[in-house]
This record gives sequence, C-alpha cells and structure tokens, in this order.
Amino acid sequence: MKTAAGWERLRAWFLLPAWIWMLALFAAPFAIVICYSLLTRGAYGGLGTPWTWENYQRLIDPLYLVIVLKSFLMAAETTAICLLLGFPLALFISRAGSRKNVYLQLVILPFWTSFLVRIYAWLFLLRDTGLINTALRHMGLIHDPLPLLYNDGAVLLGLVYGYLPFMVLPVYATLERLDPALVEAAADLGAKPWPTLLHVILPLSAPGIRAGSILVFIPALGAYLTPDLLGGGRTVLIGNLVQNQFTNARDWPFGAAISVGLMALVGVLVILMLRREREGLV
Amino acid sequence: MESILELRGLVKHFAGHRAVDGISLAIPRGGFYSLLGPSGCGKTTTLRLIAGFEQPTAGDVLLDGVVVNEQRPYQRNVSTVFQNYALFPHLTAAENIAFGLKRRGTPNISHRVAAALDLVRLSGKESRYPAQLSGGERQRVALARSLVLEPEVLLLDEPLAALDPKLRKQMRLELKEMQRRVGITFLLVTHDQEEALSMSDQLAVMNAGAIEQVGTPQDVYLRPSTRFVAGFLGAVNWIGGVGLRPEVTRISRLLPSNGGRYRPATVTGSVFLGNCVHVLTRLDSGEDAVAEIPRNNGAYHDGEAIHLCWNPSDEMIFP
Repeated sequence: MKTAAGWERLRAWFLLPAWIWMLALFAAPFAIVICYSLLTRGAYGGLGTPWTWENYQRLIDPLYLVIVLKSFLMAAETTAICLLLGFPLALFISRAGSRKNVYLQLVILPFWTSFLVRIYAWLFLLRDTGLINTALRHMGLIHDPLPLLYNDGAVLLGLVYGYLPFMVLPVYATLERLDPALVEAAADLGAKPWPTLLHVILPLSAPGIRAGSILVFIPALGAYLTPDLLGGGRTVLIGNLVQNQFTNARDWPFGAAISVGLMALVGVLVILMLRREREGLV
Repeated sequence: MESILELRGLVKHFAGHRAVDGISLAIPRGGFYSLLGPSGCGKTTTLRLIAGFEQPTAGDVLLDGVVVNEQRPYQRNVSTVFQNYALFPHLTAAENIAFGLKRRGTPNISHRVAAALDLVRLSGKESRYPAQLSGGERQRVALARSLVLEPEVLLLDEPLAALDPKLRKQMRLELKEMQRRVGITFLLVTHDQEEALSMSDQLAVMNAGAIEQVGTPQDVYLRPSTRFVAGFLGAVNWIGGVGLRPEVTRISRLLPSNGGRYRPATVTGSVFLGNCVHVLTRLDSGEDAVAEIPRNNGAYHDGEAIHLCWNPSDEMIFP
C-alpha cells in the first residue's frame, strides 16, 4: 500500500517533466524577453544599458497604435469568419453518424504538411499568373488578372484557412457531447429547427465556441507568416512589427517590448473570458 | 368510447430488427393508459413514433382522428416527459417551463408558468437551474414543461426510472392524481408492472414488438390471455399446465375437504418478507411452487410433507 505522502511524491515526479518544460521553454525565455524590453538598443543592434522604460513609452505612438488596432480587427474578423464557417461544419460532422471520423480526418488533413508549404500553395493559387486568374482568363471572363494577392483580403483568407480547424474541433467536441434528447425535447415543445439551433444548440455549445474563439483569435493576433507572404509586406500586423524589430530594424528591446505588451493584452482578455465562464454567463 | 390516439398496424423496422411489428391500439380520451413490457419490446419506439421522433415503416398514427404521420414533432399536439427529463441545463425551471409557450407565442406566459409551477408544487424554485434541483424536482419541472402546453396526449417514457425506490412509489400516486386533476390523456411507457398496475385505467402489455393483451389492470393480472402476460405481471406457479399466483396458493397439513383442488408437496424452504412469508415447495410431480401465506399462519419446516391447495376459480388456463 502506498501512503498518501508516497502518492504525493509520485505525483510530483510525474509533474516534473512538465515543470522543466514550462520553466526552460516558457518562463525562462519570457523572463529574457522582459529583460530585453527594459534595455537600450546597442550601437550596432544588439543590447546595451541603461535600463529604461522608454521602449514601452514608444508603444503609445499613434503609428504603432494603428497597427495594434488593425491587428485586433483582423484577428476579430478571422475569428468571426471561422465561427461562421466552422460552426455549421462542426454541427454537420457531429450528425454525420458513421462517417464522422472520416470528416474529422479531413479537417485535420492540412496539418499533415507544413504551414509554410500550404501558404505558398495559396500564393500559387492567387497570384496574377496563378491558377485562379489563369483559369478565369482562359474562360474569357476577365482580361486583366484580378488583384487576389498582396492585400488585406488575401491575408484574411490565409488566416481563416490556417485557423479554421482550431474552431471546428472544440465546437465539434461540445456538439458531440450534446444530449440528443435535448434537441428532441425542443422539437417536442414546439420549436422548429432554427429556434432549436438558436435557443438550445447554440447556448449549449458556448464552451466550445469560446475555446475555439480563443484558439483562433490569439494566434491570428500574433500571426506574421501569413501577412508577410500573402500581404506582401503591405499588410503590417503586430507579428510583422515584432519580426521587423528583431530582423531589419535590429531594435531588439523595442521588439521585446511589443511582445510583452501583446502578451499582457491577450492575457487580460483571456482572464476576462474565463471569469465570465466561471460565473456561468454562458 | 371516443379515442384520442389511435395506432393502426404500426410497424417500425431498424436495420435488421423489427422494433415494432404491427401494433393497433385505440387509446380513450382523458384516461391513464400504459404500455407495459420488458426492455426491448418496442414500447419506447412506439412512443417515439407517436411523438414523431421516428417515422413508421408502415401503418398510421392518428391523433384525434387525423393521420399525423407526416407531421413533424413540433407540429404534433403531444408532449413527452423524457426518461432523463431532458431539461435544458442553461435555463432555469421557469425558463424551461416557458420554453414551449414562447415558441408558440402564447400570451400571458409568466402567468401560465406560475400556474404550472404551482400545479407541480415548485413555487419558489422557479429561478433554480436543473443542476440545482433534486431528481424528483427535475421530474416535476419536466412534467410542468409539458403540461403547460395542454397537449392532447402526454407521453411519459419511464418517468420514474431515474428516481430512488421510495420516491418512485410516492410519485406513482402523484402522477395518477395529477392526471385526474388536469384531465389530459397520459400514455405511460414502463417495464415495471407494479407501476403500470397501480396507475393505469387501461394498459397494453407488449412483447417482441407486438401487443399481447389490452385491458384493465384487473383483467391483465387476474385473467392474462397468454403465458407471457401471466408471467410478466407477477409470479406464477405452473402446476400441471395451470397457472396459479402465489397469493392464491395455500398450504394445508390436512387433506382439504372443501371441494378445492390440491396436490401433495414437500416444503423446501421459506423466505420471510416482513408482511408475509413465501413458502417454497416442490410438488411430488416435480414442479416447484411458492405459496405466499400470512406471517402468523405458523412455520413450516423444510422437508415437511404438506398439500398445496387452491380454488379452481383462481386457475389461469392457457390454450
């Protein structure tokens, strides 16, 4: 027989890898980033003293505020479109009976290849000499290629494409657990399909919608690869700004300050959402 | 009598399985009617066909004389109390009860909800969520949620199965009383013969997708038309092809002289049940039989030779 203390010790050992992981790969780098954000840019890039708040003060510059606002808008649009596309899809899959697993595999299928490769695939589809424009031209529908690439629309498309599975999967998980008797009860009490969706299915899948929204919104907010490749540098989001500070601008302290600011903002948002959930506000 | 609900040659096949195999029933208006049968006999499927959750393979469901086969569940004026109540967990008791009224756009909803809460004695708990209610209270919310819509038939799918035994017996009386008060036709589905006997005005005993017998509780218990019905509604001693309930099977040490029937037997054991004693016996002809006798009728020892006796009028005879 194991004593309670014995179990407690065993539990601690099992948690050890997770602790090491979190410390080495999250806490330590984050601490480093915070330190960077408080230092001064060195003469040739890199880092130097003195310690300063100046990097954070620069964040309030309207130039950067516009980028932050645009990033939030873009992330919100991405989340909304993912929800509009993902919810019906998740509902469809949850009712697909024996073919459920096939459809789920199809949702996950894109993850079999690298995200970078998939974004390049979109480049080939959307560019002026790409598949879509070529096809339309050959059909005689257009003369000049449509401007499908290097604009906000292309970035939005790429973000929605990339993060849709993160909406579908958690929503599917809640719909799958939904007691079918509740849907029958709604019909039995006189609710037609749309009111049933609105008053029963939607409120009861709120936890999945919330989880999916967080999973889409946060990475969309920090995305840099998609806006970089599909926006062609014309669409600058927070992610690109950070990347730019660490690469071309060689201003690591400012890049770090932006990262920390973004994290703080996201952290507050997530805490607010989780608190709403705890209070049972569906 | 005029029937509110009629089933005509109702058949439902699932893949490789005949769940309901040709049922015809006429259920009179305003009574308490039960479908009684073992699990898997098709009684729940029958209920689901009436509610509209399933489409019949063949046959018709008539509600108040109108064929409703093509009507969706939300178009049929019947309402179901589900086995696990299927209350909406995100709505309070009052909101659950108001759900159907809102969908129908009924006026005076809050007034009706209050009346329904009062009917099931839940006033004061209207703002509780289902998770904050006891099993019995949840069941009453489910009942109120359906009754407030004044359906032509209230369908109850094993409504007492999820309750603990003591509450179950109390709820039998309450349900019966409720049915009398509101005057709505209740159609109960159950596998519990005591439940069906104690509550129903009439019942249909089902087996393997078909109906074995229809009648009053007295009819089916005292005059079962098949061996299955006899056995399903209560214990039976089979003596020479004749069925006898244990409570009409008596024990005598002497040869009975009153013209009744009797058979020699040996006591093999006895079970004390509090209000009575079950004496287990083996007839000399080899069959086992149980006699239910009053507690104060004296003790019988194992191995004691006795006579089992009964009145010919208590015999259940099947072709």
